[in-house]
Amino acid sequence: MDPIRQFTVKPIVALHLFGLDLSFTNASLFMLIVVAAICLLMLVGTSQRALVPGRLQSAAEMSYEFVASMVRMTSGTAGMEFFPLIFTIFMFILFCNVLRLVPGAFAITSQIFITASMAAGVILLVIGIGVYRHGFRFLKTFVPSGVTPFLLPFIVLVEIVSFATRPVSLSVRLFANMLAGDIVLKVMAGFVAALIGAGTFAVIAPFPFIGDIAMLAFELLQAVLQAYVFAILTCVYLNDAIHPGH
Amino acid sequence: MASTYGTSTEQPAAAPAGDKTFPPFDSANFASLLLWLVVFFGGLYLLMSRLALPRVANILRARQDKISGDVNEATAKRAAADQAAADYQKTLAEARANAQAIAQQTYVRLAAETEAKRKAHEADLAAKLAAAEAKIEATKSKAMAHVEEIAHEAASAIVEHITGKPADPKAIASALTKAKS
Repeated sequence: MDPIRQFTVKPIVALHLFGLDLSFTNASLFMLIVVAAICLLMLVGTSQRALVPGRLQSAAEMSYEFVASMVRMTSGTAGMEFFPLIFTIFMFILFCNVLRLVPGAFAITSQIFITASMAAGVILLVIGIGVYRHGFRFLKTFVPSGVTPFLLPFIVLVEIVSFATRPVSLSVRLFANMLAGDIVLKVMAGFVAALIGAGTFAVIAPFPFIGDIAMLAFELLQAVLQAYVFAILTCVYLNDAIHPGH
Repeated sequence: MASTYGTSTEQPAAAPAGDKTFPPFDSANFASLLLWLVVFFGGLYLLMSRLALPRVANILRARQDKISGDVNEATAKRAAADQAAADYQKTLAEARANAQAIAQQTYVRLAAETEAKRKAHEADLAAKLAAAEAKIEATKSKAMAHVEEIAHEAASAIVEHITGKPADPKAIASALTKAKS
């Protein structure tokens, strides 16, 4: 009944290398499950290469076209070179978010280290591409054109702060939403269990149960929405790296 | 409220949070999480970018090609059908014009033939008529000649009967010519 215990990372196969704990944990296991589920959809689903798609192939094509249109919309055709990366990010987060709602599943995206690592990876990639392609001109990202010189230092400061907060907001948004959702679901479920065991109070047990079902539907929406938000923000940031200076 | 259940749910929640760090923030997991994230995310990225996405792209392109090919084929076939219909109409119009021309020619030819036949018949009839008229004329003149002779004989007979002697043929002839004129 402890709503926090579900986030505990437990080693399955202990592995200690270079003084680091690199054990294969329940988080690793569910990452493997997520990857396997995505491969089932994208590789097994499309293995027939049918001209008239079946259900699984339709789903695979829909996810492909959804992400492709998202990338094309936010960063144009130039952004399509990052399509595989955006697609992988979107599908990975989406499957982590949705599969965590299965009772007993481990919530990978409720681990701040996971979301922070992904956000850090995205931001490092943005900086790397920006500097590699544009060199010093990448710094123009922080200097918007058409600003009066009087305001410029202030605006540059704001831009730098906004850039620096990007990885934080990107990781915390996903992590906090998933963590809060998981805790609320667990607490509600705890209410149901507690009320059923509480004699006459058992009659009001259905109310938190119904509430939990409603929360589950909301969390399903959240799961898709947060994956979409993470992917689309990655597109926007990569677009900044491709075209610095607004 | 059943306090036993209330405390039993509260205590375990409070106890680990108090003496241990909040599990999602437990930095002891960091290395393991990062390693396996890199392994699985990297693996997924390779599978998606090398295998799955090109395959889906191929499927979509093949379908697009098939659809546009079919549409082009259909357009071509419709154009051919339109052409055939136009040809048919043209042929029909030509045939109709031809038929009309032939009918007109035949009509004209038949009219001319009929006219010619009619003319020939008329000429024939006219010739026959003329011949008949000539015959009648001849017969009439012959008959008239006989009439004079008969008158002559009758007159001589009458004169002989009345006078009792043969009549002078010369006098009778002159009298006849006088009567005739």
